[in-house]
Order: sequence, then structure tokens, then C-alpha cells
Amino acid sequence: MTDTRSQTTDVEQFDAQAVNAAWARKPLYEARKKIFPKRASGQFRRFKWLIMFITLGIYYLTPWIRWDRGPFAPDQAVLVDLANRRFYFFFIEIWPQEFFFVAGLLVMAGFGLFLVTSAVGRAWCGYTCPQTVWVDLFLVVERAIEGERNQRMKLDKASWSVDKLAKRVSKHAIWLLIAVATGGAWIFYFADAPTLLVNAVTGQAEPVAYITVAVLTATTYVFGGLMREQVCTYMCPWPRIQAAMLDENSLVVTYNDWRGEPRSRHAKRAKAEGKAVGDCVDCNACVVVCPMGIDIRDGQQLECITCALCIDACDSVMDKLGKPRGLIAYATLNEYTENMKLATAGGTSPISPDLIRNKDGSFIDKIQHFDWRIIFRFRTMLYFGVWALVGLALLFALLSRDRLELNVLHDRNPQFVTLSDGSIRNGYTVKLLNMIPEPRVIFLSLEGLPGATMSVTGIDQPDGRSFAIPVDPDRLRTIKVYIKQPSDLVQPGKTQFNLVAEDKASTEMDVYNAAFDAPEDK
Amino acid sequence: MSEREIDEISGTETTGHEWDGIKELNTPMPRWWVWTFYATIVWSIGYMIAYPSIPLINDATKGLLGYSSRASVAQEMAAAEEVQSQFVDRIAQMPVEEISSHPDLLQFAIAGGSAAYKVNCVQCHGSGAQGAPGYPNLNDDSWLWGGDINNIYQTIAHGVRYEAEDDSRFSDMPAFADLLEPEEIRQVAAYVVSLTGDPSDASLVEPGSVIYAEQCAVCHGDDGTGDIEFGAPNLADAIWFYGETEDEIAGQIANPKHGVMPAWVDRLGEPVIKQLAVFVHSLGGGQ
Repeated sequence: MTDTRSQTTDVEQFDAQAVNAAWARKPLYEARKKIFPKRASGQFRRFKWLIMFITLGIYYLTPWIRWDRGPFAPDQAVLVDLANRRFYFFFIEIWPQEFFFVAGLLVMAGFGLFLVTSAVGRAWCGYTCPQTVWVDLFLVVERAIEGERNQRMKLDKASWSVDKLAKRVSKHAIWLLIAVATGGAWIFYFADAPTLLVNAVTGQAEPVAYITVAVLTATTYVFGGLMREQVCTYMCPWPRIQAAMLDENSLVVTYNDWRGEPRSRHAKRAKAEGKAVGDCVDCNACVVVCPMGIDIRDGQQLECITCALCIDACDSVMDKLGKPRGLIAYATLNEYTENMKLATAGGTSPISPDLIRNKDGSFIDKIQHFDWRIIFRFRTMLYFGVWALVGLALLFALLSRDRLELNVLHDRNPQFVTLSDGSIRNGYTVKLLNMIPEPRVIFLSLEGLPGATMSVTGIDQPDGRSFAIPVDPDRLRTIKVYIKQPSDLVQPGKTQFNLVAEDKASTEMDVYNAAFDAPEDK
Repeated sequence: MSEREIDEISGTETTGHEWDGIKELNTPMPRWWVWTFYATIVWSIGYMIAYPSIPLINDATKGLLGYSSRASVAQEMAAAEEVQSQFVDRIAQMPVEEISSHPDLLQFAIAGGSAAYKVNCVQCHGSGAQGAPGYPNLNDDSWLWGGDINNIYQTIAHGVRYEAEDDSRFSDMPAFADLLEPEEIRQVAAYVVSLTGDPSDASLVEPGSVIYAEQCAVCHGDDGTGDIEFGAPNLADAIWFYGETEDEIAGQIANPKHGVMPAWVDRLGEPVIKQLAVFVHSLGGGQ
């Protein structure tokens, strides 16, 4: 094919280019740019060390806490006993039908996250998210072996040598060890920890234990060591949801460009030339410490996990320069906007440092500072209210829940049986739940249904209206109960009556309203 | 068509097909897809060699692994039997009345008996063992041939009026239409009803009782409570086998119906019969 258009000279040629011209298209996949975060130091870094210590401590040590529940229940404080379908948390024991407690806790966790985010931004991401904590831990290892940022960059660029190989192998080996410990700690939540440790080390544990350790080792190593910030940016939904949680009164890590701009690397010279000079000296200290590899001076962005390490980095630079701290700081959008208005004379001029400073260089009084009272606003109170309400409801449910339950299944085939003396018999499958780790004798008795007597299969006792039934600790006992009513007292059709289960020792009881069927034409 | 044509914009070969100036691109398959496709072909060849695959006229190729779905079912059945044998062997060795004193065997026998019941017994006795006219209700406490576990076992194993079985229970109520006048039959029926309820005409009861003492009391007893030796039903209780109205009773006296139950021991084997007996005994009416 030939292009005939170019041969016609009398047609106007446009200087245009398709917005998606093939030659200008970028590949959909962008290769990752490696990030070599420099170690920061300061108050937020110290706070993060503390949080890391506490969260890792909780994770690794919790399964080893013992809690005495007597001879009939495990003595592990926190245990998800899948085999017996029980969940133990210190003094609380949950049966499968009480799983709503866990659902309630998840609702509380959700609202707690909303509350924290609307008050202080993505504090969860920056301080307590396992991804953040483990990446931090892995970075400690990386720094210890390969050195600080510049040495790591040099090593990364260097061609392979014995030294590089040794450093890389030892780094990945330690990462893997941490990963194995992480996966290993997880399984202890699901079985008696000391026993399982011995079994796991001697190769006697169940395959599912090893598979779980292997999977979690892989995820810890890959997410914490290899993927790092990509997990937050590409995999995690929370950065995308957070926009709905933040508002103009939420604290976020902010670059205060109203005092930083215009930035200048040669402040003195620029000042001498009569140019406006802000506090930012464009040293990039905030960028090099960032574990996400971003520049906070570009404003609030999806990648930012608000770990506040850039605040530490900038504060130490400001200290060196003898300028007030807080060029990068936790600030709300409201105070930022107010201060920006001051610095730009209501948006009429470019940012001018003179507008916000007195002659002696100190800030003018009109500068807005964070007022902690803004945390108690309608939105956060609403979140707190829902959070507290769910919490109180759970607490109430926990304190008032039954540890003795009675379930009754009425035989439907046949609904009733006529006996030779004309009396009517109904059969019931009765389930007695003894939900405490103590053996109990549960008294099952009839309430209503005049003249009726019952018999219990497996309990050797003449027909009567009350039976003592022993139930094993922490177990459900299913019994077959036959109830018989003499013919002269039988009401035609359906009659309601109660079956009562009672523990005479604790006076705990449960009542089940059951039906007694008889022929309609009796 | 033999000439390759390259699309200008995408740089991809076209198929040469054109519809109103629109040409179809012949975009090559992604390489991973093609290799996966080849891999499945290679896999299928191995699969055909290893497993039964090519149908022949009466059979199919066997495959190197010798797999057969029937054999694997048989294997699973054998494995299940192997697991159950620890219970079945013990049940086979002990008398049926002893089973209930072993909780594990009792539980196994009730479950096993319930399964066997659902396959073999529901057709007559109903899914809830509630019976039907002419087919006894197994839940109640009225037993034609006895309700203790040994009697139940005997009835299931050898049947009732089952010609092919020598040990079958047998009884035959005569057809009183040949022996008594219709009026006399009415009188007996009225008497039988009077044992538990109100007859239609009280004046029939007195002569009926005389005939009953002569003709019926031998099997059904002087007081009408029946006799399990002859499978003679209790006439003085609230449970009726072929109907409870005076007409139905008169009909049964004149031309009695007789149910037949097959003997099951040859078909199900002794351990299953024992489990069935335990199950039926557990339904609430066992004595």
C-alpha cells in the first residue's frame, strides 16, 4: 500500500500527533526502581522502634503464655483449637456458635481503623501494619550486613564478587530465618505450643503445620524482603480507601511549603541576590529516608504510609540550620490552607517567606498550629460511638451468655406413636451443651403437659418427670427422650410445653419451648 | 491470499479477510498459551498410555496402570468393611441381647441397623417405621410376635408365614365366615369392640362374649390380650392392625387377611440382622 495523501500537495498538512501514537506509547508495566532507605533518627524513629518491639513481642510470645483452666481444658492463654472447634482467649472460651464475638471484634477493628485514620491519618500503615513492621525489621538486617544507603547502592551496582555474594547470601539467609520464625510462630496459635515445637523440630508434626510454616515463610520473605513498598502501593486496598476516611481536620504528614518555598540549595547566595528564599534547602534528606521512595514535598499521595521518618530527617536538618522544626510535620489540611493563604496573601501572589515572618525571622502570630481539640469532632465521635457501642454490646453478650444450653429436635417421622394403653408418645432428640471445662450433672425436667412422663435412652431410671444426666466437661451430649401422656389427658393436635435443663450446683438453666403432637381427632 | 499482508498501524499480519474495509488481524497466540497447549497434547498421550482410553468392540484398552473405576470402588468398599470389621466381628460372635451392654457396639449397631432398615424395610414398614394397615408400627409397644430383642431378631431373621423358610413364624386364623352365621360374626365383633370402646349395639355384646369364649379365646386369650406364641394380636389395647371400626373387625373375623414377611437371614447375614434387631428395639417400644 502506498500513501496517496503525501503526494497531493494542495492539501493542508497539520502538525498533529495522536495522543496514543504507537511510537510514544509507554509499556503498561513499569520496572521497579530500587529504593535504598537511609536510616533516620529522631522521635518518630524511636517511637517506631518501640512499636516494632511491642508488636513483634506480642506476635512471637503470645502463644507461650499459659493460663490455667483446670484439668479438662488446654492451659494455653490464646488458642484456636480447630480440631475441637474451640477458641480460647485468656478467661474467654468461645464455641463455634458464638463466633459472632469474632465478627464483632472485626467490626470494632474496622471502626477503630476509621477512627484512627480520621484523627491521625494512616497511623496503622506507618506504625503497626505487619508489612511495615517486617519491612523495617528486614531493613535492619540489610543495613547491618550491606551498610548504609550509599554503600548499599554501590554494592547493588557493583559486579558480582566474593564479597558481594557473601553479603547477599547472608542477608537473604537471615531474612529467611526471620521468615521461618514468623511462619513458625503462627502455627503455635493453633496447638499446644511447647508440644508442637518439639513435634515440629523432630519432624512429627502434622503436614498442615509444615505447609503453613512454608506458606508464611514464603509470604514473609517475598513481601518483606523482595516486594516491600510494592505491597502497599499495588496490592493493599487500604491506601485507596483511606481517601474516604481523611478530611480537612485529619493529621497527615505534610510538607509546609508555605514556609519551605521557594526552596533553594544556595540560600545565602540567593538571598544576597535579593531573591525570596524559603526554609527548604532541597537537601533531599526527606527523600532518602523514605521507605516508599517518594518525595513528601509533592504533597499527600497514595504511596505515603505516614511513617513520619521524613519529619525526623527534616527536623535534624532544620536543627543544624538553626531554623525552627516542623518544615515537614503532622498538620491538618485546614491549618495548612490557612497558613498558605497567609504566605500567598490570599492566593494573589507566589509564596513569599516575608509574609509569614516578622523582621527578626520568627513566624508571625497568625500562623495556625495544630489544636488537639480538633480530634474531638463529630466524625471521630461518631466512629468512636459506634466502636464503643459494638464493644459494649459484645461485653454485655459476654457477661450474660449461657454456659448451659438445651436444644430439642422433635421427631417428625412418626410425629407421634399410639401405645397399647392408648397413651400418646412423642420422641425428641435432646442436645445438652455443657460449655464449661467442668463435668456437670444437668437435670432435664418437664414443665407443663399434665400427667406426662419421660424416659431417656441410656439412663437407667423409671419413667418420670425429671432426669439427672451427667455431661462431660466442655462437651455436647445428645440423648433420645420419649415423652408419654395418658390418653385421657391428651389434648388433640399440638400442645406446647417446656423442657428445662438445670445445673443445680450453679443454678444456671435453659428452657426450651417444645411441642407435643397428638392425633387431631383424639 | 498467498501474499502476506502487514497491517500498517499495528505491524501485525492480517488474515487477508476483509469486511467493508475492515481487516482481521492475525495476532499470534501468546507464547505461554501455545506452550501450555503443546504440553496438554503431550500430557494426553501419556494419559492415553497410562489409563484405559481407546474403546474397542467389547472392551477398551487397559492402560499401563491397570486402573479401573469399578476396582477402585471395590477397594473403597473393602476399606470401609475393614474399618467396620472390628465392630462387625464382635457383633457376629455375641448373642444379640448382649450388644446393648457395650456402648460402642450399641452405637454402631443402631447406625448400621438404621442404614439396613432404610434399604430393606421402609417399603412395608415406612420410613419412620410407623407401619401401615397390615404392616406393624415398630415404634409402639404392641408386638404380634414379641417385642424383646430375641423375638425381634427371630422375626427379622426367619420372617412370618414365609413358605421358603422352615423356621418361619406361622399362624393361620380360620375364616369364620365358613363357621359362623353373619349375625354371630356381628356379635363377636361387637364384643371385641366393647373390650376398649362402645359397640354399636350393646345387646350384641353378651351373645358375642359367649361365641368369643368358644371360638377365639384359645388364641386371643380369655381377656383378649392375645398371645405372641401364635402371633395373635392383643384385642384389648388401643392399637389395631387391620382397622378399628366394628365393620373392619367383622370383616377380619369373617375372612382374615394374613401378612407375610420374608426371612432376611440368608440375604443380609446374621450380623446385619442383629444390627437391625438392635435398631428396631431402640425405636421406643422394645421390651
